[in-house]
Parts: sequence; C-alpha cells; structure tokens
Amino acid sequence: MIDVLIIGGGVVGCGVARELSRYNLNIALLEKTDDISNGQSKANTAIIHGGYDAHPGTLKAKFNVLGNQMMDEVCEELDVPHKRNTSLVVSFDAEGHDKLVELKKQGEVNGVPKLSIIGQDELRKREPNIGSTAYEALLVETGGIVCPYELTQAFAENAAMNGVNFYREAEVIAVEKQEGGWKVTSTAGTFTAKAVVNCAGLYSDEINNMVSEDKFTIVPRRGEYYIVDKKFGDTFHASIFQLPTKMGKGILVTPTVDRTVLIGPTAEDIDDKMDTQTTAEGLAKVLKYASLTWEHIPMRNFITTFSGLRAHCNRDDFILGEAPDAPMFFNAGGVESPGLTSSPAIAKYLAEMVADKLNATKKEDFNPIRKGIPKFREMTDEQRAKAISINPDYAKIVCRCETVTEAEIREAIHRPVGARTVDGIKRRTRAGMGRCQAGFCTPKTLEILSEELHISPLEVTKFGGNSKYLEGYLFEKGDSENA
Amino acid sequence: MRNIDVLIIGGGPAGLAAAISAYEAGCRNILILEREENLGGILKQCIHNGFGLHTFKEELTGPEYAQRYIDKVLEYGIPTQCDTMVIDVTPDKIVTAVSRGAGLEHFQAKSIILAMGCRERPRGSLGTPGWRCAGIYTAGTAQKFVNLKGIMPGKRVVILGSGDIGLIMARRMTFMGAKVLACVELMSFSAGLKRNIVQCLDDYDIPLLLNHTVVDIAGREHLEGVTVAEVDSKTLKPIPGTEQYYECDTLLLSVGLIPENELTTMAGVKISPATNGAEVDESLQTSVEGIFSCGNVLHVHDLVDFVSEESAKAGENAYKYVQGKLPENEETLEVINGFGVSGAVPQHISKKLGEPITIMFRPRGVYKDARVCIDVGDAQVAAKKSRILTPGEMVTLKFDPEYLQKNTNADKITVRVEVQQ
Repeated sequence: MIDVLIIGGGVVGCGVARELSRYNLNIALLEKTDDISNGQSKANTAIIHGGYDAHPGTLKAKFNVLGNQMMDEVCEELDVPHKRNTSLVVSFDAEGHDKLVELKKQGEVNGVPKLSIIGQDELRKREPNIGSTAYEALLVETGGIVCPYELTQAFAENAAMNGVNFYREAEVIAVEKQEGGWKVTSTAGTFTAKAVVNCAGLYSDEINNMVSEDKFTIVPRRGEYYIVDKKFGDTFHASIFQLPTKMGKGILVTPTVDRTVLIGPTAEDIDDKMDTQTTAEGLAKVLKYASLTWEHIPMRNFITTFSGLRAHCNRDDFILGEAPDAPMFFNAGGVESPGLTSSPAIAKYLAEMVADKLNATKKEDFNPIRKGIPKFREMTDEQRAKAISINPDYAKIVCRCETVTEAEIREAIHRPVGARTVDGIKRRTRAGMGRCQAGFCTPKTLEILSEELHISPLEVTKFGGNSKYLEGYLFEKGDSENA
Repeated sequence: MRNIDVLIIGGGPAGLAAAISAYEAGCRNILILEREENLGGILKQCIHNGFGLHTFKEELTGPEYAQRYIDKVLEYGIPTQCDTMVIDVTPDKIVTAVSRGAGLEHFQAKSIILAMGCRERPRGSLGTPGWRCAGIYTAGTAQKFVNLKGIMPGKRVVILGSGDIGLIMARRMTFMGAKVLACVELMSFSAGLKRNIVQCLDDYDIPLLLNHTVVDIAGREHLEGVTVAEVDSKTLKPIPGTEQYYECDTLLLSVGLIPENELTTMAGVKISPATNGAEVDESLQTSVEGIFSCGNVLHVHDLVDFVSEESAKAGENAYKYVQGKLPENEETLEVINGFGVSGAVPQHISKKLGEPITIMFRPRGVYKDARVCIDVGDAQVAAKKSRILTPGEMVTLKFDPEYLQKNTNADKITVRVEVQQ
C-alpha cells in the first residue's frame, strides 16, 4: 500500500505531487491521458490573476490571492517563464465607473494590494494601441502572465525528481474504500493507498461521486481563443480585460510569455467533457468583442485557434479538502479560473492537510529546484557556442519559427515525465507552436520520437490514442530506406 | 570571423542560381549556407516534371532541375556549407550561423543574398472550426512524407485550397493509391497554374469546387471527415444549407505561402506588406545597402525558371556591389500597385535606369481581354494585351529605360490593369 495516490496530472495534481514530495511519503500520480497538462492546464488564458474578481469569502478569492503571492517564488524555483505585466479591467463608457469602483472595493476586501483606477490619459500612456472608446480602467499591479503547461511540467518534473511516480494512460475506473485506505482501479493497474487526492479537473465530480454522498457536478464550460503571431507581441503590455456589461463578460486580449497575443475566451456551457472543438459562432464572437480592445486585429496573422474546457462546478466555488463522509479522500474539485493562479496555494494547503493526517515527516533532502530545458533561442552567442560544443544537437534547428533545436527535443523526451507525442514535444519545447504550426518540423519531430521511443514512425501520435500521423509505407519496409 | 564577399543564405534554386552568376561575374569568395543536409531546397521533394521549360527548353523533374545547378556549383568549386542554420544577420552584414561541424560561427560579409524561400500557411491561420486532430497537413509536408520518406499519410483525401502544391499532391496521392475526393477553393478561381488544374485534377476526374470551403472538421483523435459548404462569391461567407460531408482521413492544405523573412527583419530590411517580402530596387537590393533578396523569399513565384532568372540577377548585382560598381544612393521612383495589380516587384526603380528590367506582379482578380499598362507619372508608356489574367499566374512586364524619358518630371511609376469595355 502506498501513502498517497493523486488522481489527475493537471496543474493542481502536479502541484500537489510536488508539495507532497517534501515529505517522507510514497506517492503516485495517475493521469488518464497520454500526458500531463492535457486538459484545462494546457488550454486556458495563462494569466496570474490579481484576485479582485472572485466574491469575498469564497475559496476562489482566498486561494487566488494566496497563489498570486506565491507565484514568483514558485516560478523562480522551478524556472518557469512568468511576468508581472499588470492587468487592466477596461470600461468602454462613463457608466462603467461605478462598477470599476465596486470591483476595486471587492479586490480590496479580498486582500489584493495596489489596485487603482486610472483615467484616459494614464490608460493611453500605458496602452497606446487600445481601442478608441476605452474610457477608464482598474489597474491591477499584481496581475501577470505565466506559461501554464510549463508550470505543470515543472511541478511534475520536480515531483518526480523528489520521488513521485507518474503513471500515464491510467484512467481511474473505480475508487473503493478498503481496510486502512482506498483501492483504486485504473487502466494501468490497481493501486492501494492510505490517502487519495482527487485533482481530476473536469472529472473531479465523477471521482468524488464514486466515494462520497456529498455529490457535486462539473459542467464543462468551453472557451474559444485565437493566437496572434509574435510579430504583434508588443501591441499591448498589460493583460486587458473588459469590464463585464449586460452585453456579456467581455473578451480578454493579453500578451503571453512567448510573445504571442492571446484573444479570448468565450464561455459556453456544454454537455461533453471532451468537446474541445472550435466553432464558427464562438470564434466570431471572440473577434467581435475583442475588437473593442484591439480595433484592427491583424486577421492574416492568426497562427492558431483552440478551445479549452473549464471545470465549472454547480457550487460555483472550489471544493477543497477532505470529503465529509470519506476520511482520507481529499478533493480539489471544481478548480476552474482562477485555478492556475491558485494552484501553488491549493497544492500547499492540500499537501499540508494530507501530510498532517498521515503524520508524515519532512524529507531532509527535498530539492525544490528544477531547471527548464536550456532554450537555444534565449541563449547568448557564447552560451550557444558552449552548448553546441557539449552537445552538437544544439546546432540543429528543427523548428524554424521558434528556433528549437534537436537537443531540446531529445531532452524533452528524456526528462522525467517526458514527452511521448508530438503535442507533448510542442508543450515542452515550443517546437511546432510558431507561425507555420509544425509544417516544417513535423517530419523531423516524428523521426526523433520514433528513434528515441524505439517505435515505428507509423506509431507516433499527435496526442495519444488514434491520433496517428501516418497510414503506411509505400514500399516494403526494406525498400523504403532507399526510397 | 571569416570574411566573405558574397554570402548566400539558402541553397535552394534561388541561392544556387545566385551563387553561379556571382561566380560567372568573377567573384571568387562566395559561400552558400544551407540549413538542410543537401542542396536543392524544396525541389528535392518535387519529383513531378514540368521544371525547366523556360531555362533548358526541356521538361525536368525538380531534383533534376536542381542537380543541373548543383553540378555547376561543384564544377566551379563554390564553397557550400550544409546542415548550417543562420540564426542572425545584422545590418552591418555580420552573419551568425550554427552547425554540428563548426559550432557557432560569425561571418563578415561584403554582400548578402537572402534566398531562404517560403513556408506554407497552416490551418491555424484560417481559423477553420472543428477538432484539432491528426490527419491535417500542409500539402508540402505531405509531399515530403510521400516523396522523400515513402510514407502515406492517408487514403481518402480532401484538399483545401488550390495552390500548385495542393494540385500536384492531388495527383501524387492518386498515383499512390489514395482517393482524392475533391479540391475545395474559397475563391471563384484557382490560385494554381492552369496546366496543373488540367494535368492534376481534370485528368483524374477530381472535382475542383470553386467558391467552396471547409466549415467543419470532424474526428476527435484522427480526422474522420470534413464538412464542405458553398460560399457567397462576394462575401465569401458559407451559405447555410449547402453543407456536404466528406468522409476522409486526410485533409491537405494548399492555402498560400509565406516568405520566410525572419532573418530579413533582423537585418533591418524594410518589408513590403503587399508581398510579405523585402522591398527591392531594380538590382534586387533591399533597403539595407549590400543586402539582396531573390526567389520565393522575395515574392512567391509560380515557376522555378523565373526564380533562377531573378536570382542570377541578384548574384551578379551583389558582386557589382562588392566591386563598388553598383550605383549608390540613386534617386528612385516608387512602383505603385494600380487597379487590379498586387505585389509588383521591384518596388523602386532608379531614375537613371540603364538597362531594361522586368516587373512582376499578380493580378488581384480574374480579368478577361484586359490590358496591363505602365504609367510613368501620369503618362502611359506601355500597354500589353492579355486574353486572361488570373491571380494564379504571375505577370511579367518589360520595363525599358526609355520609358523614363517620356516623363522626366514623374514622381512614381504605376502598374495597372485596364479592363476592356
């Protein structure tokens, strides 16, 4: 029997794994899909929220503010790209003033520091490219941006370094009470554990409802987005929210840590927890509202569109802690926005609670430091020359758009909880995330994956399952080598 | 730091032709830097024929066409460095490159020829709704898999866009046993060459659906089908009720090419919004003195023969520049895209033009029985009749120095299409 079993390899699950790995505990994490950071954590707004938005007294408000405070230290320890670029909530008419004041007060009640309302002049000084009808704004100085999948990846790698075992393609089928703990049946085998932590995101209701009568429901809330080429990365400095009006919640325009611009999301409640399609209506809506903030969106410079699902809970708040009728079963349920920002705080809170109940002691040799894959594109020429002299694969640029080398791709595969798919490589290195969207590098990435994983190129997938790229050889295998 | 007289970035058809002409003009300090393992660029994977009709008066395949130039480069002993990626170019013409063999190197060039080619527009840039599954490729990526790796992406294919690579791949996939269901084109005309429509679609009974587009992509993990709808020919918006579902496992995109101008931008060269390539004068020199641009990185061509021709000029002029024989700081006239004209190259022509040059452009639409006119200032100086103009076929015009004499006070040159009433 192991000590703790974590269900779900998103930013919360991996964060909990990392925090728990500070203790002398035997820990495993089960992830349903082929990779960690594969649900909400890969497709969201990538914002470090200030914490003004949630209602005072809610867990969302509390953990948002706490997580915001922890983010710099966590990102520095784990070498995760992040930036305090500030957030602005912009009102597009004079009538918005009272609402901005209200929002500011709410933020102050929640404990958000350094909030102020700025007028036209200051707003335009900060954001010269903002739409002509922008009237005034709430300035959130603690607002920022972070790479969500790199944060998840970093949590996971650091947890693995400190002894956590990760199982992927391990979908939980049943959780049953048994003597001294829980029996968890998964597609990767059966586990017994003294404690279970449910971080299953969109599926956190299903896992909880297997063991507890205190049931809740997750409704997938879809958000659609556009990404604009990094050529436009300097258009805006802050993450620019629109003040919600009776017309809708508004659309965000924000730079990302990778210098692209993200526009979105919509909010549409749907039935299917796997339905990450984009829709003509949704995408049109994004552009319609975003054009208030960004009047001349460069339509020829989109590099991609995507949609993500938020795990919206019918209780409209995070559900954190031990289930009332299931001792040693802990929930991180209904974690949607501001879940990314909150994740370090949620992880710490739950890990301390679990460790306390298990009377666990702290490890002396816990190593909080994780270094990211050294990025060729960010090196100086001296560093590049040195990197190449140590590993010549640093001289081979595979992804031309984002300048990602073969060395980085190979390392992404060999890292703890490493990449197994083309999308896994993409999230860990940015290969294929640039303006040609993997047109040039797919054949090479595929080849490297096939080599490193010792599988046929025909078996390489985009994101697991049946997402294979290639159908078959044109010739008998022996001939194709010469073809 | 190595000193190079004419440094060429890219060993595809443009770079090869530029190198050869620089050599033939007398330059003996040339270097070609190529990022891939072999010279030849995209021609390596273009195993169909139809190359070289203008240049060699015979029909060659892509690799054969490239080989003629590679052989010349070898014969002349022009140094080439493959597997070498240029990562920076400065306005002072310092070039930084990395390679497995030599690590990180700096070169000080007297002149640089940018010949990096172009890349394909991806699905993401279109905003096509639906699933983001496996089975969607740009036509060129599929071409690389099929022609160079000997691997088929799928068996039932729909092609979105009717650019030349898409048309060529319709035929290739058919040859290799796939069923190509349709080639779907948003516009009311194809972006490809007429001969490719005939030889790659018509000959194999592959329907070309003009004014249609893909409005939905089905398949959670792997592509299962696409929904195609007719679009309004004016607004280009899908017409409800016209949707048709095609079951397929492969969607190939041939929706346009983007010149690869990252290095151009680093070098501080001015980019033309019309071509997405550098702005050049009649010698193919960019806004940065001593930096030249040619081939598909300058503007997307239809035929490699024209790439070679243009690039040879760039090579020759780059060496003239090195020798100090290229006129400096001359006053130029801007070339304006008039009615029906897009992306005219060169964008600037010297007032003291000495020799005839070629102006190339793409028609904005389909024009029948039209005339292409050149105005110097307000004076029309040349007109050429054309039975049909389409965006898929680039137009080349001769521009004679004596045109400038017809209106010496002019401040611009306009190229425009005149539609006969």
